[in-house]
Amino acid sequence: MMIVRMVLWIVLAPLLPGLINKVKAWVAGRQGPPVLQLYYDLIRLCQKGVVLSTLASPAFVVAPAVAWVAVAGAAFLLPLGPAGAGVSFRGDVILMVYLLALARFCTAWAALETGSAFEGMGAAREVSYAVLAEAAMFAAMLSLAVQTGSVSLVGMLSPAPGAGTMLLAAGMFIVLLAENCRVPFDDPNTHLELTMIHEVMVLDHSGPPLAVILHGASMKLLLFAVLLTAAVLPLGDLPPLAAAGALAGGVLLVTLGVGLTESFLARFSFRHVPLLLTMAFLLCLFSLLVAWKGGEV
Amino acid sequence: MISMLNLLIGLAMGLNLVALGSSRLPSLIRTVSTQGIALGLMPILLESQHLNWQIMCVAVATVAGKGFVIPGLLRRAMRAANIEREIQPFIGLMPSLLLGAGGTVAAVAVASALPLLPEHAGSLLVPGALASVLTGFILLIGRAKAISQVCGYLILENGIYLFGLLLIKATPLLVEAGVLLDLTVGVFVLGIIIDRIQRAFDSLDTRKLTALHE
Repeated sequence: MMIVRMVLWIVLAPLLPGLINKVKAWVAGRQGPPVLQLYYDLIRLCQKGVVLSTLASPAFVVAPAVAWVAVAGAAFLLPLGPAGAGVSFRGDVILMVYLLALARFCTAWAALETGSAFEGMGAAREVSYAVLAEAAMFAAMLSLAVQTGSVSLVGMLSPAPGAGTMLLAAGMFIVLLAENCRVPFDDPNTHLELTMIHEVMVLDHSGPPLAVILHGASMKLLLFAVLLTAAVLPLGDLPPLAAAGALAGGVLLVTLGVGLTESFLARFSFRHVPLLLTMAFLLCLFSLLVAWKGGEV
Repeated sequence: MISMLNLLIGLAMGLNLVALGSSRLPSLIRTVSTQGIALGLMPILLESQHLNWQIMCVAVATVAGKGFVIPGLLRRAMRAANIEREIQPFIGLMPSLLLGAGGTVAAVAVASALPLLPEHAGSLLVPGALASVLTGFILLIGRAKAISQVCGYLILENGIYLFGLLLIKATPLLVEAGVLLDLTVGVFVLGIIIDRIQRAFDSLDTRKLTALHE
């Protein structure tokens, strides 16, 4: 069962960026790349060799692998509706957030290993946005914990959400966009070094390590989409089959939302990003207030 | 039903934040109109046990007035004045956002200390109302453009409306209708004044309106 769950995560994750690109192409009236494009890219990258900088230590190859394992571990902790979580214990939510932080640290570390000024800049930007995004993430998790009186992900995500749901959903959607470097924060398609954040960090990676990084990023996107859906929908109150359907539908809806956001919004200037992230934090904080004051009725 | 009501009040509190954080006037107006629609649906939820035609009238009139008529008037004033965004507010976006958040936290804290009727104890009506009034004040004080100040006034009025919902059984329809009509006329007049300010000063910055002429 656990192997099936992990295989499902690994196989399904690269579908999401393909779907987002399809939505963007559809809005722009183009045909767009095939939905399975990321799978082809991953296979192609795995067949290529690795170019190593003379400055790079072995961490340049090890860190992406550690980051991938950390994201996969976080995914393992996240309950999938009726299937429950791979492992569940008190406080696993904190472990999940810190596994994601570990993954980010490793990506930034590997970027610094190349000795390139641009990648150092990208790492600095990624980490400084993450400080604000993580505060919002913790406020969201805290509000779920207060609402349900539980500190394990299974207990927090299954019951019906309370009055703060809309605030929580809005806040977590902004966090999803920031954490996955989607459009108002970063443009995944940009090729201008001065404006890139996540893309600049992986600029000097090649071959299988790059494939691991790309796959890890898609898995992180799927993880946040599942987390958002599970936090908003009362999956625990539905019969198992309906819950699985609702989860899949919710994830598709989030993907569609990301695609539409990317189609209709331009990237924000750096000045405006902290404002948006502070707003996400405050939205999550308000949902905590609402859960605390209005939830007991 | 009370949880549904709290959901809408939570939405209104979130929209307060969005209003404080947005620098573009169209998005500010859209936020105010969404909040108006959310507020208009509340009387139906609040009195869902015994609906009568008066409450339906209040709800329909509020949704139409606050959600469509007033934002439409504001959009017209904005097009006539030909401005799109608030460039230099008195209080910056980030400080006003933090002030609004602090105000909301304080509102929730204060409301729990107030001696409320037992049937209102579990609802977020009072904290939501206080938070909206504070947000309206911050927008009124902190923004330089006349249209943003009108939006602040509307959010302030939304807060007062939320207070009024506590007494919806006791308030006659005529009072509600009168308030809504006053508001619409007020925004209508402000639209004309904005147009005049624009023609006289080539700008909507209220900082320029400091000296009196004959």
